[in-house]
Amino acid sequence: MRNSMKTLVWLAIALLGAGAVGGIALHRGESINALWFITAAICVYAIAYRFYAAWIAARVLMVDATRATPAERLDNGRDFVPTNRWVVFGHHFAAIAGPGPLIGPTLAAQFGYLPGTLWILIGAVLGGAVQDMVTLFLSTRRNARSLGQMARDELGPVGGVAALLGTFFIMIILIAVLGLVVVNAMKHSPWATSTVAATIPIAMVVGLYMRNLRPGRVLEGSLLGVVLLLAAVAGGGWIDHSAFRGWFDHDGLALAWAVIAYGFAAAILPVWLLLAPRDYLSTFMKLGTIILLAVAIVMLQPEVKMPALTQFIDGTGPIFGGTLFPFVFITVACGAISGFHALIASGTTPKLLASERDIRMIGYGGMLLESFVAIMAMIAATVLDPGVFFAINSPAGVVGKTAVEAVATINSWGFPVTVAQMEKLAADMGEATLFARTGGAPSLAVGMASIFGSAFGQHLLALWYHFAIMFEAIFILTTLDAGTRVGRFMLQDMLGNVWPALGRTSWYPSVIFTSLLVVAGWGYFLYIGVIDPNGGVNILWPLFGIANQMLAAIALCVATGILVKSGRARFAWVTALPLVWLVIVTSTAAWEKIFSTDIRVGFFAAARDMSEKLASGLLPPEKAAVAPQLIFNQQLDAWLTMFFIVVLWVVIFDMLRVCLRHLSGKPVLPCSEVAYQQTRLDSAGVRD
Amino acid sequence: MLGRLKGALRGFWRLFRRLSGDDAYERYLRHHVEHHGDEAPLTRAAFFKQWQDNKWKGVKRCC
Repeated sequence: MRNSMKTLVWLAIALLGAGAVGGIALHRGESINALWFITAAICVYAIAYRFYAAWIAARVLMVDATRATPAERLDNGRDFVPTNRWVVFGHHFAAIAGPGPLIGPTLAAQFGYLPGTLWILIGAVLGGAVQDMVTLFLSTRRNARSLGQMARDELGPVGGVAALLGTFFIMIILIAVLGLVVVNAMKHSPWATSTVAATIPIAMVVGLYMRNLRPGRVLEGSLLGVVLLLAAVAGGGWIDHSAFRGWFDHDGLALAWAVIAYGFAAAILPVWLLLAPRDYLSTFMKLGTIILLAVAIVMLQPEVKMPALTQFIDGTGPIFGGTLFPFVFITVACGAISGFHALIASGTTPKLLASERDIRMIGYGGMLLESFVAIMAMIAATVLDPGVFFAINSPAGVVGKTAVEAVATINSWGFPVTVAQMEKLAADMGEATLFARTGGAPSLAVGMASIFGSAFGQHLLALWYHFAIMFEAIFILTTLDAGTRVGRFMLQDMLGNVWPALGRTSWYPSVIFTSLLVVAGWGYFLYIGVIDPNGGVNILWPLFGIANQMLAAIALCVATGILVKSGRARFAWVTALPLVWLVIVTSTAAWEKIFSTDIRVGFFAAARDMSEKLASGLLPPEKAAVAPQLIFNQQLDAWLTMFFIVVLWVVIFDMLRVCLRHLSGKPVLPCSEVAYQQTRLDSAGVRD
Repeated sequence: MLGRLKGALRGFWRLFRRLSGDDAYERYLRHHVEHHGDEAPLTRAAFFKQWQDNKWKGVKRCC
C-alpha cells in the first residue's frame, strides 16, 4: 500500500516536471511565468536525485556505508575530520558555488531563455552532478587524493601533467574574466566603486577582530562585517552625491590596474587579514542573497519577457559571437557542468566525509543546488525587457558608442527600447548610464533589483542594485584572491621541480616571485579585455568556458578509466556519455575559435582582419593605437585554445590506451584504491 | 509543539555554528581531552591561528 502510494507521488512529480519542461519548451507568446522554470527544475532534480543518482551510487560506484572513509581512518582533528553530512554539504556548496553560475546563464540568455535553461537542467543531472559525485567517490576511496594525483596514479604521468597544466591555465583565464566583470560593473560608477573598495578595509577590520580582539568568534566578526557592508552600500549612495565623488569615478583601465594591484597585495598578505574574513562575508552574502532571490521569485512570480529563441542562434549575437551549437554549452559553463568542481570534490571535501553514504547527497545534491542558482540567474536575466537586456550587455564596439546609436542598433534587431527608458532605468538604479556594462553582473543586478524592488519595496531600487553589485563583487574578489593563491601554490610546486628553493611555500622571495607571475598572467588578459572596444568578455568568457569544460572532460576521463580498470566497463557509459558530449562540444568550439573565418568567432580571422584594416588605415585613431596589442592577443588566444585542446586529446588517448590495454588483458597501473577497513562510526558519525 | 520548534532552532544554531567554524575551539578542546588529555591544550587565540592558516591550504573556492 505504502509502496503504491510512493509510486503515485513520483509519477505525479514526473508528470508535473514533464509538463513544466514541455511548457517552457513549446511556449511561444508574449511572456511566460518564471514559476514554470522553478517547477521544471525542482521536478527534474527530484527525479534525477531519487532514481539516477541512487542507481549510480548503488550499482555503478557500489557505495559501501560500512567502509571507513579517509576522514575516519586518518582523523587528525585538523584537516581530516569526520563531519556531519549537512556541515560537509554546506562547506562543499560554499566552495563550488562562485560567480560562474550567475554570469554564464546571463550571457547565454542572448540565445533566448530556452537553450540555456535546457542545458542547465540536462547538463547538471547527466553531466555535472555525475562528475562531482563520481570524483568525490573516487577521491574518498584514495585517501582524498587530488584530481591531478589520481590522474597520475591511474593513467600515468602524462595524464597527471595534463591535469595539472589544465588546472593552472583555467585558473588564469577565470581570474581575468572575473576581474573584467568587476571592472565593467565599476567603471564610472562612484557608488559601485566606493562600495566595492569599502569591502577591503571592512574585511581587514573583521580579520583583526577575529584574530586579535575576540579570537575565533567567527559569527560575531561576520555579523559586524555584514552590518558594515550594508552601511557601505548605503554610504556609497551618499558618496555618489558628495564632493568625494571624483575619488571613485574612474575609467576601465584605471580600475583594471587597481584590481591587479589589489590581487597582488591579496596574494602576499597573510590569509587571516584579508582572504579569510572576506570569505566569511562573501559566503554569508552569497547564501543570504540566493535564498532571498528564491523567495522573491516565488513570491513575485515574475514574467519572463525574453523570447524562447532569438535570431542570435545563427552566431551574430552582440555579447559573444558563435552559433547556438557549440557555444551555448561553452557559455553556460558552471551551472551545468564545471571541471573546477572536480578540484573541490577531490582533495578537499573527502577529508570531511564521515560515511560513503553521504556521497550522493554532497556530490550530486551539491551540484543540483548550484544548477538551481543558474536557473535563478537565467530568470533574473530574462525578466528584463529584451531591449534593456541587450542595451546593458552589448559592448559599445558592437552597438555604437552613443545612447542614440546603441538604441537604434538594438531596435533594428526587433527589440524595442528607448533612450528615455534606459535613462530612467539608470536614474532608478542610481547610475549615470547602464549602456555597455558587459559581463553579466550589472544586468543581473538590474534583474535582481527589479525582482527585489517589486517584492520588498520599489523606492529602494538604487540600493538593491548596488547591494547586488556589492554581493557579486565581494565573492568575485574572493575567488580572485583564492585563485591567485592556488595558482601561486601550483606554480611553486611546478617550479620546485626545477629549482627546489622556489618550491618552498613560505620562502618570501619565492612567494613574491610566483605571485607576480600569476598576477601578471591574469593581469595581462584583464588589461587586454579592458582596452578592447568589443568588451573583452566576448573573447575571455568562451576561452574560460572551453578551459572549464575541458577540465571537466579530464575529470570524466580519469573516472571512465578507473571504472573500466576496476571491472565496471559495462557501467562506464555513465561517465563516458557526458565525456563524449563534452569532447564534441569543446573540440568543435575550439576548432571554430581557431579556424573560423567569421571575425566574430575565429581568433586568427579577427587578427588578420584587424591587421588588414590597420595597414590600409581604415581604423579610427583610438582603435589604431591599441590594434597591435589586440592583434597579438587574438593570436595568443588562438594558440592557447590549441594548447587546451591538445592537452584534452592527450588525456583522452591516454585514457583509451589504459582502457584498451586492460580490456585486452595487458598489465596497467594497479588500481590505487585503499583496502577495505570497517567503519567504527555509527550512523550519526560518532565513534562507538 | 513549542518544544519541537525550540529543538529545531537549537539544531539549526548548532549547524550554523559548526558550518561557520564558530565552535571550532570547543570541538578542539573535546578532541584534545579525548586524545591527548595529558598535554595542555592551545589557547583560543593560538588555536584559531593554526585553524585558520590550515583552512586556506589547497583549493577552497572555485567559479
